[in-house]
Amino acid sequence: MRKNVLGLFIAAILTGAAQAETVFVTLEKDNALAVVDPIAGKLIKTVEIGQRPRGIAISPDNKFLYVAVSDDNTIKIIDAETLKETGRLPSGEDPETFALNPAGDKLYVSNEDDSLVTVIDIKHKNAVKQIKVGVEPEGIATSPDNNWVASSSETTNMVHWIDAKTHAIVENTLVDPRPRALGFTADSQQLWVTSEMAGTLMILDVKTKQIIKTIKFDVQGVSADKIQPVGVVIDKDRKRGYVALGPANRVAVINAQTFEVEKYLLVGQRVWNLAFSPDQKRLYTTNGTSNDISLIDLETQTVTKSVGVGTYPWGVAVKP
Amino acid sequence: MRSINLSLQKYFKLLFVVQLLNVSFVYAGAKQTINIAYLTQEQKVPPPLSNLDAFIKDKGVLGAGLAIDDNNTTGQFTGQQFVLKKFIVPLDGNVVDTFNKDIGDQYSYVVVNLPAGLTNKIADLSAAKQKLLFDAGTIDDALRNEQCRSNVLHILPSRAMRADALAQYMMKKRWNKWFLVIGATEEDRLFADALKRAAKRFGMKIVEEKTWEHTYDARRTAQSDVAVFTQVDDYDVLVVADEQGQFGEYLEYRTWNARPVIGTQGLVATAWHRTHEQWGAVQIQNRFKEQAGRWMEEQDYAAYLAVRAIGEAATRTKSNDANKLKDYMLSDAFALQGYKGNPMSFRSWDGQLRQPVLLAAARSLVAVAPIEGFLHPKTELDTLGYDQPESTCKWSK
Repeated sequence: MRKNVLGLFIAAILTGAAQAETVFVTLEKDNALAVVDPIAGKLIKTVEIGQRPRGIAISPDNKFLYVAVSDDNTIKIIDAETLKETGRLPSGEDPETFALNPAGDKLYVSNEDDSLVTVIDIKHKNAVKQIKVGVEPEGIATSPDNNWVASSSETTNMVHWIDAKTHAIVENTLVDPRPRALGFTADSQQLWVTSEMAGTLMILDVKTKQIIKTIKFDVQGVSADKIQPVGVVIDKDRKRGYVALGPANRVAVINAQTFEVEKYLLVGQRVWNLAFSPDQKRLYTTNGTSNDISLIDLETQTVTKSVGVGTYPWGVAVKP
Repeated sequence: MRSINLSLQKYFKLLFVVQLLNVSFVYAGAKQTINIAYLTQEQKVPPPLSNLDAFIKDKGVLGAGLAIDDNNTTGQFTGQQFVLKKFIVPLDGNVVDTFNKDIGDQYSYVVVNLPAGLTNKIADLSAAKQKLLFDAGTIDDALRNEQCRSNVLHILPSRAMRADALAQYMMKKRWNKWFLVIGATEEDRLFADALKRAAKRFGMKIVEEKTWEHTYDARRTAQSDVAVFTQVDDYDVLVVADEQGQFGEYLEYRTWNARPVIGTQGLVATAWHRTHEQWGAVQIQNRFKEQAGRWMEEQDYAAYLAVRAIGEAATRTKSNDANKLKDYMLSDAFALQGYKGNPMSFRSWDGQLRQPVLLAAARSLVAVAPIEGFLHPKTELDTLGYDQPESTCKWSK
């Protein structure tokens, strides 16, 4: 009993000590943005954002949110405090996924129907370049060292390596079918790529642009075609990486040193995208068809909470 | 002056090197060409059954065109160029002549959109022996069994695959007692055979079987004939085999008892449907519509997949050699993305593309087969159609 009380007490201290962060979730079918207090496990409010919001990112200074409103054919700039729209970026048609560069002054958008990546100058709010890539570009990521923009095309099955300075494609790597999301490690030495159809995660060496490891996910009791890896994130120390497995309703925990799958964590339905808390002690997942987000405590590697947010949660961004 | 000269010289040298690089880059960019022929024959316009759906005479070819564009988008990064040449034989023309004369030895890959008889006639020509043919037109089980040819791969789901897909769904819904209604054509009889096979496989019961012999005129058929025709012993579902759509549409809402209609009308089994939008399908629906100005039909989808299969194999093998590509396509490594979730591949025993089958109503996608719960030791996709032990195709590969 005493132990329990102590445990509770410690938990309370820990909770109190955790920073009050805010989680923003795009709701594809509600045309809205959900604002969540993850520590309290509460949906604070939902604000209208535009037609079919999907990709979302926060500026490095945490002042602005960028939200791709696909059916409005733009990326909106939202004040992260007031949640009011402050501007729009010329994203091209039907923007879905995009990536900010580390400096936060450029934004790279995948234009799926046109086989293009559009480079946007955020300050001037104009498109500075369009880069021809493979058919149906989807995943996009920038390397923390600012050298690379990686773009994956779903039908061409390639990762295109775009030089972040010249905006020219330098190399292409063939990968497993329907590559979805991309994530660079913090040291910019590896690029992690998920393949929705093969049910795999590929680790690419940035120097050689070659696949150095392919991990095939296999969840007991879940048929192979349900395992559709999508979102991928790797922690700062490259200890562990996490992959959302779509309709398998699991997040895979991967040892980023040995590339072993350590665990599959059961989350909500059709888990899509992932984001760390600023201190990387928690992971947030958007669960498309169960209309909630899951909170994963990374120290204990357990799912601690789920918070209902609205219809078709898609993207997630976190503000400290 | 001297130093200026020197630096100029250096400049020119540099320019020369840059140009050399440029040239070699350009050459590297187009070192391999993959020539693909598309062969079809014009079709007679059938008598219109209703004025709702206009006759589409170019089913197939536009799908091949879209796939060539996709292949070439990929090809710009791999140094491969894909060329599609279309051979559309007029109604009174001779397909065999066209194949011998025009396709000859210039094309290793031929997408064939022809009826079953002609498809095998082409496959048996000596000019076809070293080629790889992609059948994007037939759904005949015979061509995938006793009449199979080692130089032909089949893209569209066979009648057996469709019937199995329907049967799985009916089993899930516990529509166990079928009233089978068969049209008068040979194709209808073949589909009825596939349905009977499926009923047996999945333990369904055909409690009544009738052939439609009434008029095909909607004005008098609908109310009177259907009601009388469907006064049979009790059944759960009316299963119709009417591939040309001569009467099947009249059955729904007019049966004596209130029963759903499934088969070639009502809930249909198909490779592609305009209601399908999962797994990125919306993207290809949009891309196709933009190019073609109409919805993508099954044959368009089949031709698209055929040309994409060639592209995928050429990209992965970095080759344009037909034997190499065929080996790769029939290997376990081959995985074609066809916007239906599961990766697609060819069955090594009969050349059939294994794929999910869509079950669609006119305006909504109802289910995708294999239906959850139907298991298979290798891949659940092989619960549809002729599995390896059942196949009577004997290939001397």
